[in-house]
Amino acid sequence: MKPAPFRYVRPSSVDEAISVLAAEGYGAKPLAGGQSLIPTMNFRLAQPAVLVDIDRLDELRGIRDGGGDGATNGLYIGAMTRHSELERSAVVRDRAPLLAEAMPWIAHPQIRNRGTMGGSLAHADPAAELPAVMLALDARIHLRGPAGDRTVQFCDFCTGFFSTALAPDELVTGVEIPPLPAGTGTAFLEISRRQGDFALVGVCAVVTLDAGGVCTRASLTLLSVGDGPVCAKTAEDALRDRTLTPDAVRDAGEAVATIDIDPPADIHASAAYRRQLARVLTARALDTAARRAAGA
Amino acid sequence: MSHDTTFAAPPAEAPARPRQVGESPLRNEDRRLLTGEALFVDDVHLDGMLHAAFVRSDYAHGNVKSVDLTAALEHPGVVAAYAAHDLGDYWEAGPLLVPPPPIDDLEFHAATQVPLAKGKVRHVGEPIAVVVARSPYEAEDGAALVEVDIEPLDVVSDLKGGLEPDSPRIHDQLESNLAAHVIQRKGSWEEVRERAHRVIKRRFWYDHGASAPMENRGIVANWDARSRELTVWDTTQAPIPIRNGLAAMLGLPQSEVRVIAPFIGGGFGPKIMMFYPEEVLLPWISMRLGQPVKWIEDRQESFFATTQERGQDHESELAVDAEGRILGVRDEFLCDTGAYNPYGLTIPINTQCTLLGPYRVPNYHSEFRMVFTNKPICTPVRGAGRQHGVFVMERLLDRAADELGIDRVEIRRRNYLTPEEFPHDHEIIYQDFKPLVYDSGNYAEAMDRAVEMIDYAGFESGAGAAARSEGRHVGLGIVSYVEGTGVGPYEGARVGIEPGGRINLVTGVGTQGQGHFTSFAQIVAEQLGVQASDVEVVTGDTARFGWGTGTFASRGAVVAGNACHAAALEVRKKVLTMASSVLGAAEEDLDLAEGVVRVVGSGESISLGELAALANPLRGAVTPGTEPGLEATAYFGPERGVTASGVHAMILEVDPDTALVRILRYVVVHDCGRVINPMIVEGQIHGGVAHGIGNAFYEELVFDEGAQLLNASFMDYLLPTATDVPTIETDHVETPSPLNPLGVKGVGEAGAIPVGALFAQALENALDVDGFEVREIPLSPNRLFELMRDAREEG
Ligand SMILES: Cc1cc2nc3c(=O)[nH]c(=O)nc-3n(C[C@H](O)[C@H](O)[C@H](O)COP(=O)(O)OP(=O)(O)OC[C@H]3O[C@@H](n4cnc5c(N)ncnc54)[C@H](O)[C@@H]3O)c2cc1C
Repeated sequence: MKPAPFRYVRPSSVDEAISVLAAEGYGAKPLAGGQSLIPTMNFRLAQPAVLVDIDRLDELRGIRDGGGDGATNGLYIGAMTRHSELERSAVVRDRAPLLAEAMPWIAHPQIRNRGTMGGSLAHADPAAELPAVMLALDARIHLRGPAGDRTVQFCDFCTGFFSTALAPDELVTGVEIPPLPAGTGTAFLEISRRQGDFALVGVCAVVTLDAGGVCTRASLTLLSVGDGPVCAKTAEDALRDRTLTPDAVRDAGEAVATIDIDPPADIHASAAYRRQLARVLTARALDTAARRAAGA
Repeated sequence: MSHDTTFAAPPAEAPARPRQVGESPLRNEDRRLLTGEALFVDDVHLDGMLHAAFVRSDYAHGNVKSVDLTAALEHPGVVAAYAAHDLGDYWEAGPLLVPPPPIDDLEFHAATQVPLAKGKVRHVGEPIAVVVARSPYEAEDGAALVEVDIEPLDVVSDLKGGLEPDSPRIHDQLESNLAAHVIQRKGSWEEVRERAHRVIKRRFWYDHGASAPMENRGIVANWDARSRELTVWDTTQAPIPIRNGLAAMLGLPQSEVRVIAPFIGGGFGPKIMMFYPEEVLLPWISMRLGQPVKWIEDRQESFFATTQERGQDHESELAVDAEGRILGVRDEFLCDTGAYNPYGLTIPINTQCTLLGPYRVPNYHSEFRMVFTNKPICTPVRGAGRQHGVFVMERLLDRAADELGIDRVEIRRRNYLTPEEFPHDHEIIYQDFKPLVYDSGNYAEAMDRAVEMIDYAGFESGAGAAARSEGRHVGLGIVSYVEGTGVGPYEGARVGIEPGGRINLVTGVGTQGQGHFTSFAQIVAEQLGVQASDVEVVTGDTARFGWGTGTFASRGAVVAGNACHAAALEVRKKVLTMASSVLGAAEEDLDLAEGVVRVVGSGESISLGELAALANPLRGAVTPGTEPGLEATAYFGPERGVTASGVHAMILEVDPDTALVRILRYVVVHDCGRVINPMIVEGQIHGGVAHGIGNAFYEELVFDEGAQLLNASFMDYLLPTATDVPTIETDHVETPSPLNPLGVKGVGEAGAIPVGALFAQALENALDVDGFEVREIPLSPNRLFELMRDAREEG
């Protein structure tokens, strides 16, 4: 479990990093917190020729509330922001409570101290929390390459199993999360084998209620049930303009489990067990989100 | 048979003050461990040290067509590379470490591991070549360049299939994949089955797993031609047998081989295995290259290259009378030994014997077949087959209780051996080649205490009922077990007092975190009137002590501990004899405490240090025949193993919607005879329970049909963590063993043994779903979900 030989560079700016990536082509990999990349290198599953260490690029770090790069007055988070910074941020708790609620589910404190938001989004593990949260919150991801900056709607960023719209010479620079509409409540729930393990199933629920308590919009995003984060369209549509009665919540769980997802089987969970967990967690998350929306 | 080797316990010589045995002083070794000063194998750094990496088979079964080292040898940094044919005469199959015990009509076919695969590979991870380089990185680069051409063969991955006549054969020299077939009988099962009130019949599957110590294996070998000494630092649990074997293989006198088992981060069984291929090769490479060589196993390797323990498939029957008394048991099982069987029959014989538990079983038919498969080698892992047997018996008793409408605690009480029935001869042979005879115990008392601690009587009407009325699913489990411990043959110890008063204790057993530096010190301190912290303990260095076998079968405290005790008693005798002549007082008038011998009633005294100086005069004359120093070496070899026992109880909660389980309470009442250090005993129990919880609900070696291990990392092989192991409440019953002077029994494996059976019972109690029955371990939320679904669909 020692990596194959590689070269290591530590650029001093984002632009310099991008020019190194552009020059090296597919053999180069950005190194962020290293919590996914280094283990795969130690197993020799990844054998990059060059590591471009972006760990000290402070311009990629930070949490900014409102404005900033964003057009939407949302919350901007730099790619190199550590998981632990998100976990502890009062602004995140206030502006994106779903994100705050998901953070403690990511790995263990040691890993959260090193691992970065950008690394997690670029890595696009289907069992990762952050891609699902970003999808649930309609985030826009900011990328920079040799041709300059571009932004991509998060639903267009995830393209499949461990795949994204990121070009090899591009960096994720940050994400922008739009503010939640009034009357919105969110909830994040997950089941993993042990505290800190990757999710067997996780659910993000975002519910907006009107003054009469009717659901005007519900979003249900699941992790660890497909190639990437999965939007439960059927269940979401069925919830629109309905009061979230226990029956409606249960039906949503049923729709998610039986229609919206086609979960994989692995040594920890069969597809049937994943469906069951999705059924139960969807109902529980919806219920919590709806209660929070009513109190919002 | 005779039981003449009995001792009074506690020994009459034990001084009243200061008491050492029975106390929980802080551990002597912890300062070194916590400040990073303890030496582990990977801490050994020598000038010119090279690093080895192994090329291992990706196939479970195949013919090795060719091994090409050329590209590896050309890689910068690579110094040497070897395949099987490079070893010449040194290539030899390993020893049969544990030959089969003397059981009538036993069938056993040995096939032991080889240093590097020649001709054939028989499991994934079997070493094929070794590459030596200046750094571990370059060694792995080189290993990646070795070209191995393997022609895959059909694979034996399952036990029943492996015995089919058309199964692929793993060892061409054998007629089939049958490694052993053993029957042990007592009374007549056939006869008792006929007249039984009821016969319960079930099929069970019990799988075990990896030992998963915090420190993997590692070896540093250094041949120094000028001093003619081969020094080997090895994470072995058996340094002395390793020295003896290496000397023989390398053609060196034993005096030129020194094996050091320094601090080791956990053993749990597989580190007693010998010889591992790496252990054979590193010393040979160092002698060939004239340079020190290091190999540190990585975590992925350890899942293939270190031995493990696996599953047994049981078909079992229990015959009871109308009152639930056991009339007899029939148990037939298949067990897996992996690609080779160097450890003989220890695991299945432990299963066979431990199944009988604390119960009176007048008739027994136990039969097993051990099967070669294309999986890594099986050798004992903490519990060593005992948990499999306990699971079978406890499950059968639970079923008998259900069918007869008898309370589950009551059915156990009715079958317990009583204290008057010891020694109790089960009339079969145990893993130590001796008849399975229990020395002592008080099973009902342990059960009474556990029942009280967990509030068994109040649970159904109280906590259990309350939880149920809230719609929660809370269940209680309570099971019994015994553990044969402290087997022979022998261990030794040397105790000495230096001028200045320092006390030295040296023993041959290696130590892997059990607290030997403290509990052995306490045993010696008690006799020499000092504190445990005054005793310097050295273990596991063959240059310091050269006789002994190793740390296994929960035997350290029993066998080495009693050797320490015997040596300390002899030194005590020397101290008192000498003090008596120096102080001019009768020995009966002397008191040894706080490192000083005092004449009772007078002010006269002399310290141990002063006596030690007098015992080693530099000039003048001594009485002819006098031995210098205050030092003694002693050995202890028990007549046979001693039987520890206990009761575990737990309360858990299941969420039937998610199949997640939470342990609410965990109680252990344990009897390991006289307790040397309660803190260390509790630590052993806690660690064992953690292993048991892992075995019951988290850990599983998942192989596919091609015998490829699918979860060779700690990401997917799930060890329970601090958040998964509950607070463990413990209590001790002490029935001193009559088979050794200290009256002690082993405790190393106790915590791990009954946990699967306990989980099963508690889950059934919590769910109370018709048809829901647990007949297998390990479980997982996924498996529990399936079992609940199946029960509901059938029900
Ligand atoms: C034991 C363990 C448990 C874990 N459990 C979880 C869990 O439960 N949930 C979870 O979500 N994650 C988990 N992780 C992964 C962890 O969250 C990682 O931190 C995260 O996936 C990657 O972040 P990183 O900064 O460490 O990225 P790195 O490992 O440095 O990089 C990951 C990949 O992203 C690329 N990359 C990194 N940053 C950028 C960027 N700014 N632009 C373009 N490409 C980039 C790299 O080139 C690489 O391909 C776990 C990790 C471990 C070791």
